[in-house]
Amino acid sequence: MSDAPSLRTPSQRVAWTATIVISTLVFIFLIAPILAIMPLSFSSGSYLTYPLPGLSLRWYDDFINSPRWMNSLKNSMIIGVASTLLSMALGTLAALGLAQWKSRFKPLVLAFVLSPVVVPGVITAVGLYFFFAPIGLTGSYLGLILAHTALATPFVVITVGATLQSFDTNLARAAASLGASPLEAFRRVILPLILPGLASGALFAFATSFDEVVIVLFMAGPEQRTLPREMFSGIRENISPTITAAAVILTTVSVILLATLEGLRRRNERLKGSEG
Amino acid sequence: MTAVSLTGVDAETKVPLKRRLKRAERARQIKALALVLPLLLFLLFTFAGPIAGMLWRAVDDREVRQVLPQTVTALANWDGKDLPDEKAYAALASDIVAARASGTVAIAAKRLNYALNGFRTILTSTARNLKAVPEPGTAKEALIKINPAWRERNTWTTIRDAGGPVTSFYLLSALDLTRNVDGAIVAASPDQAIYREIFARTFLISISVTALCLILGFPVAYLLAALPSGRSNLLMIFVLLPFWTSLLVRTCAWIVLLQSQGVVNDSLHWLGIIDAPLRLIYNRFGVCVAMTHVLLPFMILPLYSSMKAISPAYMRAAASLGAPPLTAFLRIYLPQTLPGIGAGSLLVFILALGYYITPALVGGAADQMISYFIALYTTETANWGLASALGAVLLLATVLLALVYGKLVQGQQVTGGMKN
Repeated sequence: MSDAPSLRTPSQRVAWTATIVISTLVFIFLIAPILAIMPLSFSSGSYLTYPLPGLSLRWYDDFINSPRWMNSLKNSMIIGVASTLLSMALGTLAALGLAQWKSRFKPLVLAFVLSPVVVPGVITAVGLYFFFAPIGLTGSYLGLILAHTALATPFVVITVGATLQSFDTNLARAAASLGASPLEAFRRVILPLILPGLASGALFAFATSFDEVVIVLFMAGPEQRTLPREMFSGIRENISPTITAAAVILTTVSVILLATLEGLRRRNERLKGSEG
Repeated sequence: MTAVSLTGVDAETKVPLKRRLKRAERARQIKALALVLPLLLFLLFTFAGPIAGMLWRAVDDREVRQVLPQTVTALANWDGKDLPDEKAYAALASDIVAARASGTVAIAAKRLNYALNGFRTILTSTARNLKAVPEPGTAKEALIKINPAWRERNTWTTIRDAGGPVTSFYLLSALDLTRNVDGAIVAASPDQAIYREIFARTFLISISVTALCLILGFPVAYLLAALPSGRSNLLMIFVLLPFWTSLLVRTCAWIVLLQSQGVVNDSLHWLGIIDAPLRLIYNRFGVCVAMTHVLLPFMILPLYSSMKAISPAYMRAAASLGAPPLTAFLRIYLPQTLPGIGAGSLLVFILALGYYITPALVGGAADQMISYFIALYTTETANWGLASALGAVLLLATVLLALVYGKLVQGQQVTGGMKN
């Protein structure tokens, strides 16, 4: 590679080559498993091995015609969207508040707000299981939405908080001095500027809920099983190619989320660049 | 205008500007707090409350006291040296008859059986054979006749120790400890002392995965930090795509790859390297591989950002001062990546400690980590006290490590700020 760091001695060139070789192997390790199961979902046979006997869409057909899988996809969407909306509302308000709040307790409050990310899933799930069962929130959509909101909100607080940190508060003052009411200033000046941050927060929140399985495992009744939960039982019982079809669908959603996030990041960088 | 405001007196209210500013600032702070409050209340209900409830269950011990209230009261003043007096026997007999009528014998039997194996049989057989409350003065004789276990001091200390309302029993059990008949803390019997091994296993798997992530992640982070941003952004996709792919998808992928009829075994067989399929999954190897795959991005990203912050000028300076490349790397570059190594390793280790899904799906019986047992005791055997106690130990470990992590990351921000 021509743009490697300055390589003057042979030993440096050897070290650099070794770095490239090892990194390439690690990249293969990271990406190969995900790539390897994708073609299997298009197999016409029922064994998960290569070479494929032929190509077909029968496993996608199977997925679409299975009430169990389709119901789980619907559940994932309902719970994902609802907990995203709820965590956006709670998280954005909190991020706005935290940006202005000055107190020596702030690090403590921040640690508390972010702690759902660090605490092992099983502990949160067991706690919620004990806590929600007596009040009828296990085996209900509401219980899962509340639980996923608790897990997703920290990501909203982080992303929106980071956006607010780079936000120039003079713009809000300028709006006020030109006669805008606080609400108008928020809607017409602040909101458009922090919108990419909000969108990233929403994507993180949705991805968190969409991928979560431990809490669903403890709290969902048969009616509320989500896509990852259905995959969990599928993998436990017997891995059919339908699971690989489900995996491809899940991965496609992830790729779309990641691409959107990357697009937002680039747009943000462009905006920042044009200012300077 | 500035002159007017600097005089600091409001024409109408005569309140000094300083105080008015203070008041406005306080109003602003209250408003800010009001914005954070909904989330705090929400998390209290959906996160902190439930976890506090779980911690409470680790010490809560009211089953026996509810089922055998008179017995627990009668034993309160017992010195535990000899068998309890006739009064305690009479209380127990009366409690058992009442419990049988209300159908609650099994609740106490289950709890007492945790502390003393076989207690379930003692209590249920007594409940079955005790026709009515014995005549005054004959309770001791009657109970011992039904089950000689009532002649053992151990039986009675077990009831007394389980009398609640709080207990250290579950927390001690989680650490393979128990109280002997005299109330001293001793090692639990070998058939019940399984949790230290499980904690050690959890620790071992987590540390192996952390080490693997560091070994694999360091060169990648170095490469990404050294390349120009266009190229490293492109390569970053290889790190971010797995990061964003569902955990279930990745676990499923490893099963498809590693199972005995899987892609890896088939390929090795086709290449003529092996004759019989290797056992690559449902064992420790499979768990470590799959967990390393899932956690590697959490190592690469902090390493990358710490390496990105190292100015190439340092290495050039070292070289110009005559340091050989290896010396420059070891003495100039590596020390500056230490905060990144620390942050990445701690993060991976903390996340690995609580792993449940991956070991449950790709591990064998001997590879299950502590989370598996917490889940098992919660949903399958309904030993909620023990599940909560194991959870409390795991939570304590996580919180302590997270505090260290917080200090480390904060320290990095501080030094980062000083450099600028």
